[in-house]
Amino acid sequence: MSNQSTVAFVRREILPPAPPPPGQAGVVKWMRENLFSSVTNTLLTILSIYLIWSVLSAIMPWTLNGIWAAGSLSECREIRDARGLESAACWAVINERWLQLLFGFYPTDDRLLSSLFYADQLAAAGGLEAVFGAGSNATDRIAFVNAMKAELSNLTIFFFGYWRPLVAVLLLVVAVAPILYASLPRGMLLFSLAYPFIGVFLFWGGSVWGPVMVALGIVASLYIGRFVAAGYGMLGGGLAAVAAFIIIFLNPLPFIDHGGLFPLLPHVKGLAASVIPLGLPAIPSDQFGGFMLAIIIGTSGIVLSLPIGILLALGRQSNMPFIRWVCVTFIEVIRGVPLIVWLFVASTLLKYFLPPGSSFDALLRVIILVTLFASAYIAEVVRGGLAALPKGQYEAADSLGLDYWKSMQLIVLPQALKISIPGIVNTFIGLFKDTTLVVFVGLRDPLGLTNAIRATSEWNGIYWELYIFVALLFFTFCFFMSRYSMYLERKLQTDRR
Amino acid sequence: MKKSIFLGTLAVAGLAAGLASAQTLADVQARGSLKCGSNEGLAGFAFPDANGNMQGFDVALCRAIAAATLGDAQAVEFVPLTSQTRFTALAAGEVDVLVRNSTWTFTRDNDLGLDFVGVNYYDGQGFMVRKDLGVSSARELDGATVCIQTGTTTELNLADFFRVNAISYEPVPVATNAEGQQQYLAGACDVYTTDISGLAATRATFENAGDHVILPEVVSKEPLGPVVRHGDNAWGDIVRWTLFALLAAEEHEITSANVREIASAATDNPEINRMLGTEGELGQKLGLSSDWIVNVISSVGNYGEIFEAYIGENTPVGLARGLNAQWTNGGLMYAMPFN
Amino acid sequence: MADMTGTPRDTFRLSQLLYDARYRSMTIQVIAAMLLMLSLAWLVDNTVQNLAALGKDFSFRFLWTTAGYDINQQIIPFSSQDTHARAALVGILNTLLVAFMGCILATVIGVLAGVLRLSKNFVVAGIMTFYVEAMRNTPLLIWILIVFAVMTEATPQPRDFREGGGASMILWDSVAISNRGVFVPKPLWGEGSGLVVAVFLLSIAAIFILRRVARKRQEQTGEQLPVFRLSLALFFIPALLAFFVMGQPITLEMPELGGFNFVGGIQIRNSLIALWLALSLYTSAFIAEIVRSGILAVSRGQTEAAFALGMQPNRTMQLVILPQALRVIIPPLISQFLNLTKNSSLALAVGYMDVRSTLGGITINQTGREIEGILLLGTFYLIVSLIISSAMNYYNSSVKLKER
Repeated sequence: MSNQSTVAFVRREILPPAPPPPGQAGVVKWMRENLFSSVTNTLLTILSIYLIWSVLSAIMPWTLNGIWAAGSLSECREIRDARGLESAACWAVINERWLQLLFGFYPTDDRLLSSLFYADQLAAAGGLEAVFGAGSNATDRIAFVNAMKAELSNLTIFFFGYWRPLVAVLLLVVAVAPILYASLPRGMLLFSLAYPFIGVFLFWGGSVWGPVMVALGIVASLYIGRFVAAGYGMLGGGLAAVAAFIIIFLNPLPFIDHGGLFPLLPHVKGLAASVIPLGLPAIPSDQFGGFMLAIIIGTSGIVLSLPIGILLALGRQSNMPFIRWVCVTFIEVIRGVPLIVWLFVASTLLKYFLPPGSSFDALLRVIILVTLFASAYIAEVVRGGLAALPKGQYEAADSLGLDYWKSMQLIVLPQALKISIPGIVNTFIGLFKDTTLVVFVGLRDPLGLTNAIRATSEWNGIYWELYIFVALLFFTFCFFMSRYSMYLERKLQTDRR
Repeated sequence: MKKSIFLGTLAVAGLAAGLASAQTLADVQARGSLKCGSNEGLAGFAFPDANGNMQGFDVALCRAIAAATLGDAQAVEFVPLTSQTRFTALAAGEVDVLVRNSTWTFTRDNDLGLDFVGVNYYDGQGFMVRKDLGVSSARELDGATVCIQTGTTTELNLADFFRVNAISYEPVPVATNAEGQQQYLAGACDVYTTDISGLAATRATFENAGDHVILPEVVSKEPLGPVVRHGDNAWGDIVRWTLFALLAAEEHEITSANVREIASAATDNPEINRMLGTEGELGQKLGLSSDWIVNVISSVGNYGEIFEAYIGENTPVGLARGLNAQWTNGGLMYAMPFN
Repeated sequence: MADMTGTPRDTFRLSQLLYDARYRSMTIQVIAAMLLMLSLAWLVDNTVQNLAALGKDFSFRFLWTTAGYDINQQIIPFSSQDTHARAALVGILNTLLVAFMGCILATVIGVLAGVLRLSKNFVVAGIMTFYVEAMRNTPLLIWILIVFAVMTEATPQPRDFREGGGASMILWDSVAISNRGVFVPKPLWGEGSGLVVAVFLLSIAAIFILRRVARKRQEQTGEQLPVFRLSLALFFIPALLAFFVMGQPITLEMPELGGFNFVGGIQIRNSLIALWLALSLYTSAFIAEIVRSGILAVSRGQTEAAFALGMQPNRTMQLVILPQALRVIIPPLISQFLNLTKNSSLALAVGYMDVRSTLGGITINQTGREIEGILLLGTFYLIVSLIISSAMNYYNSSVKLKER
């Protein structure tokens, strides 16, 4: 008791923590540690801020003062002078032509547009069939469509006139999702398998029975192959599948002077189309263009090159020297020569290598060469994936008594491909960017369209606005793809730990 | 086309329609549209409007051929071709006719398996410089920097001209007309050289067009015209006589406005009657309808109308008729008689 | 591999070709070889037929005919009267020039950007991240066009260098930056300049010897020589001495304004600069990522161990981290060099006369020899890339961890 009284003061509650001394907390501390920790660092910070400021002060007024409503470059200049601005971007060209930059000269669905938004005038012109039907006059039709489009806003045309490519791209996203995100239900993979046919149908149109029959034909050859494989092993099955494929799709018999039922497909297709005529208006591929073209070439290049690339990668690892040699040569030759040279091969040489009289349109030739080009790169990516698998996996498969194809199919490839997905995505980004090179062989890619737009007297002499728009389009697309691939890489790293 | 898109991908082995040489007209009519190889973009000659419809002087000839063969001037698919790919594309049958300001030369006519069927524009290579350089002749260009489009005949002409006149120059190759224009305007080259029509078209779009002059020297002959594949003479005749019809219509003062009226009854000029199908059956001899020229003129106009609409003096391009005037006015445009 | 005992040697049946593991791979290879031959023969046969139909032949004689066109950028002299072969050679040299310069600049920028991206400085790291992402995710062709347009629009034209034109030359009137290119003084080699060059080369050799001696000495005695200062002195003093002793044999030819343009000096053309810059900037973004991940790949324990041994941070970087990081960095770096070389074929877009533009462009266009031209072009690129990738393989095997 008495002891207590000798104690002068006892604190009964905990002191609130004192604030750190000034300069050791908050923004100041953070800045001191991160921005001004040393002389060099300070210099770097100041230099960087100066750099940012000078770039922004040069670009921002031009960008923000941009003129959005004008009919031509000279009008833009007049508006600029009238406002007393020193420099101003002429965004009006984007405002007027963004649909063209996205879709090229891909025709809009004028029937839909006119019946939805222009019904009165359509009725006045004599109804849908009189304007758009088989016997209609194209000159009148184009005059009608031009008058309609002059009234509709670009956004309306975007959503309704271009619904086919839009739906195709949306479905593409749906089809790719289960491959990219393992958490989605596996049943969606079936849709991914069907998508190539749906996509081709939406983009190119024509009778619905074309893609359906091709899909059925492929499924049939696969089943024949599997059936034969049960009795005669994987090799026999593979050969049987190829033979079935050739008989269904090609017509090998004229080579030996024998006509007949072959090829099966066009006959069946013609029959189906005459019974149930379903389809969309066919659009030839030389009307494809713009950013859509980049998506089509990039995606089909990667999708078609995947099987070839996997086979090449397996061939490169094969223990048969001849096969290995062929695969290595193919991969090295393709990778050693720039894509632009291959594109010139597509546009000028390919027709020399094919039988006299055969012809493809330019887009198809480019897709063929881009596929071959991408398959060499995919092969290297997959080879990396195969090499990253521990040797024990191969040995385990062998010890189970699996033959080569079974061990590849069940053990090796599923694991190797999973590791390779980031690499495949990166290859896709590279390929996607490289599709701009098709401008050199005369396809209407976004950069080629900037040239075409400049050839009109209204927009002659406009550069930056178009380049910036195209660059931003590509940037947005590629940036998100590359983010995804990084996310995947990180995830794989944690998975394997 | 519809089915071969799909099967074509699969059948690298070459399942595709064979191209028999002598049936272009039948192909065009079966397809219902003409495939015309055109420039990707050249002011005045071929350019897309905001709706994606092609316009221009060369384009109008394509439309005329479509009007003659199909009766519908809009039934044309334009296939954009670069200067490097144009002839291979035509030879391979990707287009039915090439109207892409291509110069008629011996080599092209004979080596490449192609036929030039006429001239729709007589051009020549010239030089454009800034007025304030004080240059009045190309011979004063010693040491100048010259912008030139690659992949054309102009390179050879340019090298020859400067070598023959023993003056030095520095070539700056550019890939497209747009790029050449940008370089020239920025002063990266003193001189821009290409066909005079192209120079005029380019100058027309400058902010201060008056500050630039086109020098008087014309260093080459550049007869530009439509090209078809060698071997299908019937088709070549159609293209050739469509061009002549445009010229003859101007000569006889038949325009898009009055053609229907003139064609409604026989006139006292027998050639006009034969052309417009009120007398004789010229159209049938080409495998076309008898009112083919009426279709052509009513939808695209005569040569003079086309010229004035796209590249004439009242357009931004602002070209004078010059060599391209009718022969009756001292030009070279001379339609063979419709007899 | 299975039980072989009792297999009689003399009873070879045909079915063994397919079912016997000893023969099967041989069978497959023979069939594959035959199929390959057949399809090659088919391609060649088609080509022959197509060429015959067009009335063309297959011959390289066009290489020896007169080219007829001029090339502005030439490392070896060329005039329009020279042959197509020489034009191709000029193009090849131009390709190699821009590729070589591009690889150097891309490495410098890339290493800088990669290291700065790891900086703790938020602003610097942010700028570098933005730079890398912007470059990597936009097509190279657009960058080339943009850089070229900047070069043409943002620099003064030669006429502006005249009186009152508002532009002036820099570095005591010796260098002119115009939109036709950069003009720099050109050295004129007078009499006796050979000796100066020889002295200079000798002193460079001496620097290398000095460094080796210094390292040996340090290993033996622990004593450090002031290598850097000695090297600097060796680099400048003997050559300068020789230069003045010989009576200043090397003079500079300054660029001056002539009639239309600058005359004299060396012109580094805009097309070269634009292509060079665009290729370097684009590739440097990829190199930055390679460098960054290479440095991150060295485990933190290595740094800590080095610090525990008492090493200075810069010595740690030099002796511990970099040697290990380089093992990771170099192989992808070399394949980036390969990409840069291949990408230089986009020179077409800015009118730089590389081999794609001369042999693969104008020559093909004028002679109509697409097959031959593209074949030669492809072979050239293939040889270059094989050389570069064999250099990479050599490096890989030399730094491979010797595992047991």
